[in-house]
Amino acid sequence: MSVSWNKNVDSALHRASEENKPLFLDFSAAPM
Amino acid sequence: MYPDPKISDFINQNFIAVKNHIKENPEGFKRFGAQWTPTVIIADPHGVERYRFEGFLPSDEFLPQIEFGLAKEEFAAGDFAGAEPLFRKIVYTHPNADIAPEALYWAGVAKYKGSGDASALAETATAFQSRYADSVWAKKASIWRG
Repeated sequence: MSVSWNKNVDSALHRASEENKPLFLDFSAAPM
Repeated sequence: MYPDPKISDFINQNFIAVKNHIKENPEGFKRFGAQWTPTVIIADPHGVERYRFEGFLPSDEFLPQIEFGLAKEEFAAGDFAGAEPLFRKIVYTHPNADIAPEALYWAGVAKYKGSGDASALAETATAFQSRYADSVWAKKASIWRG
């Protein structure tokens, strides 16, 4: 299974708050 | 490392994951003060940073780092009973990982803060005499010896 990535930080924060889960933020320059 | 199912499963089960690419979202880099790639930040559900590491790591070091980040997040939230076994699991399942000595140290701190029993710190200092004795974390724990 691959990682379920979000690309919008604000919507991810909203989800994290709703689900009470921490955020995992990856900052990359690798080819998408 | 993300194709490794052990890593992707752990992330999906425990976090809301966000990918920021330098070309697509440079403002995301500024927002979280990311100055190099790759950088991983683990933040609480309100976006407050709890742990970060920078630079490439192979899978056998990457997984214990993100497990450590989850433990630090629980610790910062005041859930010491939840954080302690997460720190301890890193020592048991990744005993040779670079983060393992730090995890042993924080397992002791979490046990102490959860119980108020200072013997948890003395036990941790004793544990460092038989493993990771040359680490900086053994030096930091040495003050706890009775």
